[in-house]
Amino acid sequence: MSAPILFLSFAGSVSASGRLLSLGSIDLTIIVLYFIFVLGLGLYLKQFANTSQEFFMAGREMTAWVAGLSFISANLGSLEMMGYAAATAQYGIIVGHAYWIAAIPAILFLSLVMLPFYYICKTHSVPGYLRLRYGESARSLSAISFAVMTVLMSGINMYSMAVIMKVILGWNIHFSIWVSSLTVAIYVMSGGLLSAIFNEVLQFMLIWLGCLVIPIAGLIETGGWTGMVHRIAAAFPGQDFTHMWRSLGSSAANPMGVHWTGVVFGWGIAISFGYWTTDFLVVQRVMAAKDLRSAQMGTIIGGFVKLMVPLIVIVPGLLALAVLPFKLVPETMAGVAGAHTYNEVLPLMLARYCGPGLLGLGVTALIAGFMSGMAGNVSAFATVWTYDIYKPLIRKQATEEHYLKMGRWCALLGVVVSIGTAYLVMNFSSIIVYAQVIFGFFIVPMFGTVILGMLWKRTTPAAGFWGLLAGIVAAVALWLWVKMDPSALRFVAFSRDAKDMAENVYRAMWTLIVNVLVTVGVTLITKPKAEKELEGLVYGLTPMPSMGQVPFFKRPIVWGSALGLAFIVLNIIFW
Amino acid sequence: MKHMISIWFFIGCLLTIYGFLIFYAGIRTFFAAAAPTASLQQLHLPFWWGIAMIALGIVYLVHFRPRR
Repeated sequence: MSAPILFLSFAGSVSASGRLLSLGSIDLTIIVLYFIFVLGLGLYLKQFANTSQEFFMAGREMTAWVAGLSFISANLGSLEMMGYAAATAQYGIIVGHAYWIAAIPAILFLSLVMLPFYYICKTHSVPGYLRLRYGESARSLSAISFAVMTVLMSGINMYSMAVIMKVILGWNIHFSIWVSSLTVAIYVMSGGLLSAIFNEVLQFMLIWLGCLVIPIAGLIETGGWTGMVHRIAAAFPGQDFTHMWRSLGSSAANPMGVHWTGVVFGWGIAISFGYWTTDFLVVQRVMAAKDLRSAQMGTIIGGFVKLMVPLIVIVPGLLALAVLPFKLVPETMAGVAGAHTYNEVLPLMLARYCGPGLLGLGVTALIAGFMSGMAGNVSAFATVWTYDIYKPLIRKQATEEHYLKMGRWCALLGVVVSIGTAYLVMNFSSIIVYAQVIFGFFIVPMFGTVILGMLWKRTTPAAGFWGLLAGIVAAVALWLWVKMDPSALRFVAFSRDAKDMAENVYRAMWTLIVNVLVTVGVTLITKPKAEKELEGLVYGLTPMPSMGQVPFFKRPIVWGSALGLAFIVLNIIFW
Repeated sequence: MKHMISIWFFIGCLLTIYGFLIFYAGIRTFFAAAAPTASLQQLHLPFWWGIAMIALGIVYLVHFRPRR
C-alpha cells in the first residue's frame, strides 16, 4: 500500500531552526555524482525511445527482475519510507501491516489473476482497459482523475523533498525544487518510461544500501530483536508496540485505535487491492515486461522484496523508540524548543549511525526516492494524458510520431505543473494532507469497477461508470461527515479512538462496499454487452495463454505459493 | 539494431565509485582524532560498508559488462 493514506507533513517543521544533519565533502560528492549519473543515464536512453511503444511502454522488453524491482520501487519512495517510519514510532509494529497484509495478497492476485487480462488486451493503461470493458465515460472519469492526482503527487513529492532537505540539511527550498524538477524533466523527456524504470531500479539499490545500516547498527546496539523489544517495553510500560495482531482484538488496545476488521477488510482488501491492482503508476511497470510470464514473475519478485521492506522502514521506527534518549512528538508540537517530531525519525536514525560517507549515501537514497517518485508520476501522467485524454478526446487521428512528441512534451508539462503544485502546497500546506486523502478517493473504487468487469461478464457499461462515480462520492461524503462531526467516527470506524490511519482504512472499506453494490445494482437493470465484444477482457471469455514447456520451478504459481507461505509464516512469527 | 547496456552494469559503476568514496571516508575515521560523529563509531561501519559496496559493484561490472 502506498502513502495515499498516510499524512507526512513537515509543514510545521519549516520554521524550526537548525538542521538535523551536517554533510562533509565526501557526502556532498556522493550527492553531486548521483545527479550527474541520472542525467547521463537519461541522455543515454534517449536513443532507445524513438517510438511511442518504446517511450510509453519501455518497448515491452523488461526482464522479470527489472520490471519487478521497478514495480516495487514505484511504491518505495522517500515519502512512503519516512512516513511509515514515522507512523511506526507513533503506532508501533502494526504499521507493518502496510507491507504484508496490505500488499502481499493483492500482489499475488494481480500476478496470478489480473495480469493476464491487462496483458492480453494490450492496453497501454488501466483507464485504457476500462474503455475496452465499459466505454468512454468510465475511461474518461478514471483518466482525468488519475492525471490530476499524478501531477498533484509529483508536486507533493517535490515540495516534501525541498522541505525535508531544508529541515535536515538547511538547503534553500527553491534550489531543491528547481534542481530536482529540471533533472526529472530532462531524463523523463529523454527516455520516457525506460528512464523512469532504470532510475527506479537504481533508487532501489541506493535505498537498500543507504538505509540497511540503520537496522544492522541499531540491532547491534540493542542486543538484537529481543533486546530492542525489552527496551521498548521498559520505556513505554502498558503499551504494545511490538505485536502485529495481538492488540487488534479491540480498537482501544493499540495506539492506532484500529480493530482487526479494519486491518483485514479496509487495509488488506479495499485499499490494498485498489492500489496494487488498479493504480496505473505501479501496474505500468509490470506491463512493460517482455512477456506475460516475466510480468507475472516480476510481480512476485516485487512481492518477496515487499516482505523484506519492513527491515529498513519499520525496524528503524521501532529502534527509535528503543534507543533515542528523548520522546518524539506529533507534528502539531513541532515548534517546541528541542523537540523532534515523529516525521524526523529516519533522518535522526541516519544521523545516529551513519558517519561520513554513509551519511551522504543515506541522504542520496532519500533524494533518489523523491526524484523517482516524481519521475514515476510524470511518466504515468504522460501515458494517460496522451492515450486516454488527448487521443480519444482531443485529436483522434494523428501519426505515431505526433503522439510520441506529445508524450515528450507532456513529461515537461507534467513537471511544470508539478512545480506549480509544489509552490501551491508551499502556500497552502494543508493541501498535502488533503491531497493524499483525495488520492485514496479515486483508487479504491477503481478496484471494484475493474474486478467486477474482469470476473463477471454481465457487468454493464453503465454500471461501470455509475459504480465508479458512486464509490468516489461515498468516499468524499464519509470524509466530509467525519470532518464536520468528529463523533461520526464511531459509525465510520466503529470507535471514537480511531486515529487518522484507522479512519482511512474503514472509509476505504465502506467505499468499496458502496462501489460494488451500485455496480451490481445498475448491472441488474441495464443491458450487458454482447459476449463477442468481451473476448480478451473477461474471465470465462478469454483463453489463457499457455506457459509452454516451462520447467516447474519457473512457473508463477509455484513462486506465488512460496510467497504466500512466507507471508503466513512471517505473520505468525510477529503475531 | 542498437544494443542497450544492462542497467546492472550502470549500477555496478555507481556502487563501485560510491564504495571507494565511503571506504576512503572509513579510512579517514580510523585515524581521526576528532570526537566521533555517530554512535558505534568503534565498529567502523563506513570502512566495511565501503568494502562491501566495492565488492558488489565489481560483481555487477564484470557479470554485466557490455559484450560485442
